[in-house]
Amino acid sequence: MNINNVAKKTILSVNQLSCHQSSQFQLTNISFQILEACCVGIIGPNGSGKSTLLKAVTGLIPATNGHIHYCNHPIKSFNQKDLSKEIAIVFQSTELGQSICVEDYILLGRNPYRKRWQFWESETDLQIAETAMKVTQIETLRDRQINSLSGGEKQLVCIARALAQDPKLFLLDEPTNHLDIAHQLQILSLLNRLKNEQKMSILIVLHDLNLASEFCDELILMKNGKIFKMGCAKEVLTCQNIRSVYHTRVVEGENPMSKKPYVFLVSDDQFMN
Amino acid sequence: MNPKAIKWGITTGFLLVILFSVCLIALSMGTMNIPIHKLIWMILNQAESTESTILMKIRLPRILVGIAVGGALSLSGVILQAIFRNPLVEPYTLGISGGAALGVSICIVFSLNQSYSLSLPFFGMIGAGCVIIAIYILNACGVVYNMHRLLLIGVMISFISNSLFMLIISLSKSEQMHSIMFWTMGSLEEPNRSLVYGILIISLIGCLITSIFSVDLNVLSLGEEDAFHLGLQVERVRNILLIMASILTGFCVSISGIIGFVGLVVPHFVRLFLGSDHRTVIIASYITGAIFLILCDLLARTIISPLELPVGIVTGLVGGVIFIYALVKK
Repeated sequence: MNINNVAKKTILSVNQLSCHQSSQFQLTNISFQILEACCVGIIGPNGSGKSTLLKAVTGLIPATNGHIHYCNHPIKSFNQKDLSKEIAIVFQSTELGQSICVEDYILLGRNPYRKRWQFWESETDLQIAETAMKVTQIETLRDRQINSLSGGEKQLVCIARALAQDPKLFLLDEPTNHLDIAHQLQILSLLNRLKNEQKMSILIVLHDLNLASEFCDELILMKNGKIFKMGCAKEVLTCQNIRSVYHTRVVEGENPMSKKPYVFLVSDDQFMN
Repeated sequence: MNPKAIKWGITTGFLLVILFSVCLIALSMGTMNIPIHKLIWMILNQAESTESTILMKIRLPRILVGIAVGGALSLSGVILQAIFRNPLVEPYTLGISGGAALGVSICIVFSLNQSYSLSLPFFGMIGAGCVIIAIYILNACGVVYNMHRLLLIGVMISFISNSLFMLIISLSKSEQMHSIMFWTMGSLEEPNRSLVYGILIISLIGCLITSIFSVDLNVLSLGEEDAFHLGLQVERVRNILLIMASILTGFCVSISGIIGFVGLVVPHFVRLFLGSDHRTVIIASYITGAIFLILCDLLARTIISPLELPVGIVTGLVGGVIFIYALVKK
């Protein structure tokens, strides 16, 4: 853990968490902390329990063992509506049964703040949705139907909906999946801005090790539902660690601009030569 | 003022005006045509005449049943399509109509309907109620852990009750068979006054309750997991609405027979023109369903007058053609 972070508040702490969705996907003894305005990346091979971990944090999958505390309060002491004002999640792919326009979709993010008999959105709701669209730069898409958007636009809209929840902790499940490099960069820079400007904490599942190295303050490397290695990118992204988790050879290097670790994929044949 | 609220008000007002005019037309037309100015005069003065008897005793109850049943069926369609996130689901998919048909056919075959005029709707309700209870017992036993399975179980129950219904028909005498078949095709005729008011009140209450849940239905349309993370108590909302849709369908079927098409297509038709925000869709579907059924009933009783067609035939024919036309045009 970084020395600069000592003064920061702990937003989420997970202690000895174990749970299972079905016999295959299990989490065992997961413990970690997320500090305020900090971005933690979860990496690991497919099926290592990354998405399960996100769902366990929000309570979608009940924990069989262990504790999760949000801002020093047990997460179970929050009711569902209050929790959704604090934690927002963006899933890998959101499918919509019915067609709905972008603005209405984002306004659904205000649901946790809706009072019991409230039928129409208040002025505040409209303003916050407006801000969310501004931050994600999708104001021009406002009246488009969700189903007609491209993958990258859809992802931005999903993020905007989560922002409308006005959360302090933001969970994302592979937000850069299926996106071109420009959209990948756009989304990750947006998250970076949210972290720095709005002091938002972010827990993000990423497949691309180099993007994770570039944008996350801390990385959690998972293997078979357990934390294999946790720490800053330099400690986690070593040839050895990657070899034992992914069973793949890589060559370590560094990004010439940011000086952060960069891993190069190499096929086995190249290694022979 | 929220601009959506204004749009909602205008749409609802507009549809109500149409509903009112359609009601007036349906009151005035029939085997005996009563001009509209005379009609208003008669309603205001309550004069005793053959015409006013036809009006108040025959045509008005039919229109009230039309509003109640058309509205309630479209409403259940909206609810079920939203909950199952499946556009092909309709009020009869869960086998409620099959159960009611079974109850009614048993009543007719065993000649239980001679003594008491309420026995047909009563047996229909018992049949529908049995199906609803069967689905919920299976649900409570943990057999149904997701909506797909609930849908499958509903379809299976529907098949079982339909087969039993066929069995009873095949064993019945020909005049009984005729009255069973005629019942299944649906009719808005209901001689019992208190049943007419009863179904109207139940259906209006259903519309009110569903409207309260309309934003929840919007959230639910994002899918279970997203709805959970937006603070919605998914199970609770779903159970309340599912039970309500089943009960509404049960009442409709027991009183008016199996009037197809309304619950499936009216919600689609409304969404085609007004978008998929449930705050608008719910109230608009209710009124549109009522308008549609009253118009179909008007056609059914005037087209070969003095004879009458079963309204279920007209809803399918007219509605299907209109819907395909609208789909192509849009």
